[in-house]
Amino acid sequence: MLDKTGVPTIEQIRSRFHDQATLVRPKAILECYENIPCNPCETSCPFNAIHIGEDINQKPVLDPDKCTGCGICVYSCPGLAIIVCQLINQKARFKIPYELLPIPKANEEWIAVDRSGNAIGTATIIKVDCLGKQQKTTIVTVEVPIEKLYEFITIRSPYE
Amino acid sequence: MRTTELLIIGGGPAGLMAAKTALEAGAQVTLIDRNNRLGGQLIKQTHKFFGSEKQYAKTRGLTIAEKLITDLEDYHDRLKICLNTTALGLYRDRVVTTVCNDTYDKIHPQAIIVATGAFEKCLAFENNDLPGIYGAGAVQTLMNLYGVLPGKEIVMVGSGNIGLIVSYQLIQAGVRVKAVLEAAPVIGGYKVHASKLRRLGVPILTSTTVQKAIGSLEIEKIVTVKLDSNWQAIEGSEAEIYVDALCVAVGLSPMHQLLSMADIQMCYVSELGGLVPHVSEDYETSLDSVFVAGDVTGVEEASSAIVEGAIAGLMAAKKMNHLHPEADRILCEYRTQLDNLRSGPCGCKIRNGLGKLKENQHVG
Repeated sequence: MLDKTGVPTIEQIRSRFHDQATLVRPKAILECYENIPCNPCETSCPFNAIHIGEDINQKPVLDPDKCTGCGICVYSCPGLAIIVCQLINQKARFKIPYELLPIPKANEEWIAVDRSGNAIGTATIIKVDCLGKQQKTTIVTVEVPIEKLYEFITIRSPYE
Repeated sequence: MRTTELLIIGGGPAGLMAAKTALEAGAQVTLIDRNNRLGGQLIKQTHKFFGSEKQYAKTRGLTIAEKLITDLEDYHDRLKICLNTTALGLYRDRVVTTVCNDTYDKIHPQAIIVATGAFEKCLAFENNDLPGIYGAGAVQTLMNLYGVLPGKEIVMVGSGNIGLIVSYQLIQAGVRVKAVLEAAPVIGGYKVHASKLRRLGVPILTSTTVQKAIGSLEIEKIVTVKLDSNWQAIEGSEAEIYVDALCVAVGLSPMHQLLSMADIQMCYVSELGGLVPHVSEDYETSLDSVFVAGDVTGVEEASSAIVEGAIAGLMAAKKMNHLHPEADRILCEYRTQLDNLRSGPCGCKIRNGLGKLKENQHVG
């Protein structure tokens, strides 16, 4: 399915999420399903929580015990394939990479979007980071209803 | 006639990196490029690169170009850069003819690195010459260099990495990408790039191609058609999409003409994009002291071009008795990097192509 449509299956998605007890703290979700020659996630992680190894064609594996959910891998991944997820106050809170204009602002309500580009409800913008080291990949912290945990992937501007 | 130790033709990732290692080794270098600035295709690449940090991964292409160019500044006393300078001919006595602002010149270097890159393949379909139909390189030049939108509503033909990445850049620029068409049954490029488009609502239509473009003065719509498992159009599967631009990204072909002109041993390898030169392990061609690097040796990613450039630069310098102080160590490192970049499933086509080239070389 991913090969034909660009959309991963629910099984693929779930395989990259950690159990709900682990997600009480923020953890990286590595949505990299293909063996491609790439390893910035591993080399950028300050906690050695992501392993690829000598052969950079291997898929990354996360050690959730070491991952602090800092989000450095989120803007380091050239494929925009990493998000950070945390379950907090009955909401799913994500850090997502965002490279479009306009850039959202904290407390705005944006449209929550799934992996096929469909609107799935409302996303509340919590925080927006555009630091120099991110090289223009904005990191948006955003909350969606917990039921959208496996569906949510990005946001769309409500102002278009 | 001008002379120089090493002439590098092409200031893209391979040529820039070749200049760097050759200069580090102590060579005197002349770098020519037909454009008005260095960087090749890198300067249009606004996305972050794959690979490892050794090839500047996670850095945007235009920033990689800046870094590679800045690295050369230390050597301005031994480096001559000629912009707006096109190599017109390469002869068997290693004379290169050039033109710059209508002035013809001849250069006779001791060694040459041809790093001319690749050019875009085109696609045959009815009305493919209507205004509004672009190659992906033209779209990137207009949009990312000059800030000019190619259209408002576009369809991309080709789902290789270039098609997927340029589609994403079009969306970033505010263009509506109505679909990505892919004639093969599966997406060609990295799935992470495809997923980026899908979440932005772009459909990727596999086993589908463009049958014809329609429009009087410029493109107004296209007709798509589904393909069966034998790549034959399925009658009755035609559909129309209204667009004011169409972007064709169906692959690249090595820019081999200078090499062919010098009667260097070449071989047609479809996996490498077309006519490519036979090379030694040191990237030297069948013509003594003429080296190659980057896409002209076979179409690959920029990361491989950077590494090939580094190797060719070292070896060309060595040929003129300029030995890099750490030649053995870094050479070994670069060869390992290249193997690593090509060793996965995505490198399969390249490995097959290089295998065929080698086989043919032994036969020849």
